[in-house]
Amino acid sequence: MDLLSLFPAWLLEQGPAFVIVLPLLMGAITAILPSRTSAWWVCLIVTLLCTVTSFGLLLQVYSEGTSVYTMGGWDPPHGISLVLDVLSAPVLLLIAAMAVVTTVYAMPSTIAEIEPKKRAPFYAAFLLCFAGLMGMVVTGDAFNVFVFLEVSSISTYALVAMGAARDRRALAAAYNYLILGSIGATFFVIGLGFMFMETGTLNMADMSRILAELDGGSRVAKVGFGFIIIGLGLKLAMFPLHTWLPGAYAYAPTKVTVFLASTATKAALYLLFRFTFTVFDPSYDYVIVVLTYLLTGVGVVGMVFASLQAIFQTDARRTLAYSSVAQVGYMLLGIGLATAAGIAAGYLHLLNHAIIKGGLFLAMGAFWYRFGITRLSDFNGLSKTMPWTMGAFMISGLSLIGVPFTAGFVSKVNLTIAAADKGWWWAVAIIVVTSVLAIIYIGRILLAAYFGSPPEIDGEVVKRNEAPLMMLVPMWAMALLSIAIGSNILDLGDFFVTASERAAALLVGSGA
Amino acid sequence: MFSVIFEQYNYAVVIILMMTGLYVVFASRNLIKKLVGLSLFQTSVFLLYITIGKVSGGQPPIIVETHGGDHALLEPVLVAAAAPNDAAAYAGQSDILYSNPLPHVLILTAIVVGVATLAIGLALVVRIREVYGTIEEDGINALDYHYNLEGTDE
Amino acid sequence: MRDPHVILRVISKFLIPFIALYAFYVQFHGDFGPGGGFQAGVILAASVILYALIFGLEAAKKAFPPSWIRIGMTLGVLLYGGTGVLTWILGADFLSYGVLAEKSYHGQHYGIIAVELGILFAVTSVMIAIFYAFGSRQPEPEAEDW
Repeated sequence: MDLLSLFPAWLLEQGPAFVIVLPLLMGAITAILPSRTSAWWVCLIVTLLCTVTSFGLLLQVYSEGTSVYTMGGWDPPHGISLVLDVLSAPVLLLIAAMAVVTTVYAMPSTIAEIEPKKRAPFYAAFLLCFAGLMGMVVTGDAFNVFVFLEVSSISTYALVAMGAARDRRALAAAYNYLILGSIGATFFVIGLGFMFMETGTLNMADMSRILAELDGGSRVAKVGFGFIIIGLGLKLAMFPLHTWLPGAYAYAPTKVTVFLASTATKAALYLLFRFTFTVFDPSYDYVIVVLTYLLTGVGVVGMVFASLQAIFQTDARRTLAYSSVAQVGYMLLGIGLATAAGIAAGYLHLLNHAIIKGGLFLAMGAFWYRFGITRLSDFNGLSKTMPWTMGAFMISGLSLIGVPFTAGFVSKVNLTIAAADKGWWWAVAIIVVTSVLAIIYIGRILLAAYFGSPPEIDGEVVKRNEAPLMMLVPMWAMALLSIAIGSNILDLGDFFVTASERAAALLVGSGA
Repeated sequence: MFSVIFEQYNYAVVIILMMTGLYVVFASRNLIKKLVGLSLFQTSVFLLYITIGKVSGGQPPIIVETHGGDHALLEPVLVAAAAPNDAAAYAGQSDILYSNPLPHVLILTAIVVGVATLAIGLALVVRIREVYGTIEEDGINALDYHYNLEGTDE
Repeated sequence: MRDPHVILRVISKFLIPFIALYAFYVQFHGDFGPGGGFQAGVILAASVILYALIFGLEAAKKAFPPSWIRIGMTLGVLLYGGTGVLTWILGADFLSYGVLAEKSYHGQHYGIIAVELGILFAVTSVMIAIFYAFGSRQPEPEAEDW
């Protein structure tokens, strides 16, 4: 690889630890920084460095295969190892890149949303959350996953609560998230306890090996698997366990909403991939039963119900939040198919949806920033007052629906083909139906914005008032990326599809 | 049938605590009581892990001083850890049975996590109390009823 | 003015130094037996919290100013992370204490001492921070709330 040689060898060698340690340490320093602009700069530089490193690591993984990093020189399974493979590296890059995007965007948005003296702690908490998510993805130790999960969750609770400056319901939302999130993490750790009983190890690779030797293990392993699935299900907003999500997304500060929507649930989904296919294996009868009946079932029901709920929301942010729950259903359906094509489609939708929903929430934040609106009825004529923002919103919205030449189309088509290949025609029908539902809830917003006329205030029509450049650039980056993936510009589409296929090949291959 | 439960009473305690905690979380409408339930729930997990770590007949996992000297304590451990498959490295300490220290370490981490969660939760309740003037869920929902219908604050 | 809490005050004034001393015992004995930064930090924070309970929050804030809290937290994390960064600089993996001294087990020893010290700082200041944060809120309990 040509690009790979540009990265310093040390960075690639120590990269897995670097991407966790850097934000963690800088987060601590940021907390005592006196000025808020310096906190922003630190945050930006850290996230940029992590993105570059993650990109290097991704290239390295593609050219040299799975890399294992031993923490403190203690070899696995005794020491904690950091593992990067084709499954985790793309998610790592996604999280880091979204952190950069939201940080750029945060410059204007936090000024409007966070009190001045809370801004440095805000960035500190953000960096902690970021470090936790990176750690969740990189680590190869099951208990370490729990620790990083909680690092990111606890800072997320604080971040969501900071939305109280603009909407007091953020407090109750953060509290609900805290209760359900903690229960989820505790379920996960109970599951790990059972797995530790069964296998006597916490290293994921080792656990997988021992489980295979035991041919799936005894009832203890089954119970452990159940707890892990429910715990992760709470974290990733699996349909009946999603009740924390709309509130947390709707009332958090915009930067946090975007970051949560595009990374936090995705990291939890990554863990679901990791546990169901690498640690456990679909060849064990209890795993395939859970995949086929539970995950597919809740995925499909969630797709329909959450889409319907999205239609009946009055708050546009809540509409998008419910739509996120529905989209998680697509990914769960992909996992539930348990074929290489299905997993690849689910994984691709994970990456694509992060970009799409990120773009939508970025635009939504800009509407609030300029006019303080989130209500659907206030969207009238927004295409005239904020044409560029609305344009980005429209592109991302169309991509969410799955219009051809957008990212959403690619992943939905792949998912449909995968479902059809397995003969699940009812799943195909439901994908089509929920896409129609998506047309309704996105279409409502677009109709109001493009065909409504701007409201009059004191007899004067509201004037054009575009979002600042630092908000426009991130949201257009997301929108254009979405088109680039869909239309295969710069081979980005191929890049994403290949990435997901390689991840799926790893997961399916690891089993047999 | 009961003898099975009494023989494994630790698991029974774990299950009772766990279910009590979960019930309290879901049944109470008071935000503080929910946090109490959450802590109870988490504590049951700590107990579960401690149970896992116990090796019957094993003593606390602190190295027993078998021979004097400065680094006699540390060295065999390091050697053993560096070469886990080298049976000879374990030779010096094989006659003593220790409980498994790993679950204890894990639970130390989990306790810290639990404390942090509780602290954040309590801080949130304090803020909710300041903003809403109540810590009853029904009261908060009633106060926000209008907002939720309107869909926005403004 | 008679002080109604004279016994509490005299006893706790006598006890607090010992509590703090015990914290340091737990801290520095941590590499031979049970103990270490977490436990020591909580015990040390308990001494400050006891002081605050008996003599009031204001007096405690003079003894342990709130401005130390953030510094303590950051210092703790930096000590821990800094040890890791030092091992990076010395050319090993993150937190490979072995390279800190010529002999591996000496290095392990030094590394653990530095890391535990970091934990002591962080845990102490976090515990005190939590106490200050809740203690310094002005309560306005009304009859029907209780």
